[in-house]
Amino acid sequence: MSRRRVVVTGLGTTSPVGGDVASTWEALLAGKSGVRHLTEDWVEEMPVKIAARAAVDPTDVLDRVVARRLDRSSQLALVAAKEAWADSGLVSGESVDGDRLGVALASGIGGVITLLSNYDALKEKGPRRVSPLAVPMLMPNAPAAQVSLHVGARAAVNTPVSACASGNEGVSLALDQIRLNRADVVLAGGTEAAIHPLPMAAFANMMALSKNAGDPTTVSRPWDVGRDGFVLGEGAGCLVLEELEHALARGATIYAEVLGAGITADAHDIAQPDPEGRGGTRAIKRALEEGDVDPASIKHVNAHATSTPQGDIAEGLMLHAVLGKHVDDVVVTSTKSMTGHLLGGAGALESVATVKAIVERVSPPTINLDDKDLAVDLDIPTSPRELPAGDIVALNNSFGFGGANVAVAYASYSA
Amino acid sequence: MASTEEIRAGLAELVNEVTGLDADEVQLDKSFTEDLDVDSLSMVEIVVAAEEKFGVTIPDDEVKNLKTVGDAVGYIEKQSA
Repeated sequence: MSRRRVVVTGLGTTSPVGGDVASTWEALLAGKSGVRHLTEDWVEEMPVKIAARAAVDPTDVLDRVVARRLDRSSQLALVAAKEAWADSGLVSGESVDGDRLGVALASGIGGVITLLSNYDALKEKGPRRVSPLAVPMLMPNAPAAQVSLHVGARAAVNTPVSACASGNEGVSLALDQIRLNRADVVLAGGTEAAIHPLPMAAFANMMALSKNAGDPTTVSRPWDVGRDGFVLGEGAGCLVLEELEHALARGATIYAEVLGAGITADAHDIAQPDPEGRGGTRAIKRALEEGDVDPASIKHVNAHATSTPQGDIAEGLMLHAVLGKHVDDVVVTSTKSMTGHLLGGAGALESVATVKAIVERVSPPTINLDDKDLAVDLDIPTSPRELPAGDIVALNNSFGFGGANVAVAYASYSA
Repeated sequence: MASTEEIRAGLAELVNEVTGLDADEVQLDKSFTEDLDVDSLSMVEIVVAAEEKFGVTIPDDEVKNLKTVGDAVGYIEKQSA
């Protein structure tokens, strides 16, 4: 039996630069940063006072009663999933059997805001004031489950968790489910809502967040010599993955094909990346092998590059190790220079951006790259760069604490 | 002390907050589960919010006896008397 082919037939996001795919994509091409000074009361004593909040608050677009029963991470996921689902044109029970419809929607941290606000209520007002909805709101699989409820997905509904690689792992898992014939359609992606003093203090104390107190829009600066850590962002991305014949049979718009994925672990350190990027190299290699991809066909990489001193360099080494001389023909971007780092949502938002880059044949710029680190030998444009016509392949990389490495290869689709 | 109507109206506000149901629907003869479609977790939320709003205690064991809006209003009236 030949392998089932998987294509992307729907896209959705709500990000720090836009409340949907169109506005996000426009902002990315325009090089607009979503990083801002936080204005909450708790910011005063924080070591880091900036973050990239969702450009459109999910409570402004969701029904009030629906929203109050969801952690913010689920709210963001639902907004992104609703857009992707509408974009696909699918209807559960009509154009797809609900029993063959799955969800693989990741989160890095889960419902941390619900957890901590209920702990505040417990301490201040006692156990009676802990919400009866706290558990179904804060559990890590809540976003995936809420999306399942919304679209009527009754195949596997999963939540891969691999820190900042989670969103990309969601796409990889969706690919597996369809290839293994466990589903025909899977809503894939990731979400995160962790702009809260506790996670922010924790990331800051482990020296992961930038402490740059200058203009917030200039702080996320991947590969620049002045980079000193990432900027926390929030948001979600969602892709509808569909088995090719299923998509063709209903005349769906096909954005791209998902060729392959690679997932590996460093087994090096719980938080630091392997300085030589060996685990990431294996993940990228595996994605290309699985997709039977010639390195010469790769024209674009949406890099993980979070603006940390070590990680950005390691990723350059990986691309050189896998692509060899072909690396010179690859247009590399870090959209995190504009969106900040969405943790479990990052790989998902960047998957959406990767697919858009293939469809529109243009790579978003990397902003704030004023003085490129000499240790990085990659073609990283600072303004939008056209991508070549014809059949092309693009890669999306994500790496996470715990040593997680996930690479996914997408190809342009032509009938 | 609040009148029966004031308690009903206050409770209706809470039901609206939790379920989105129009507050005017929340009349004394309405059953929470049969007429208003309030699920068990929403009921707990409403009860806890009512405890805070009216300064009363409604034990979990008592909640199952509060079948209608009138039952709840009566219980709150009795407790705050």
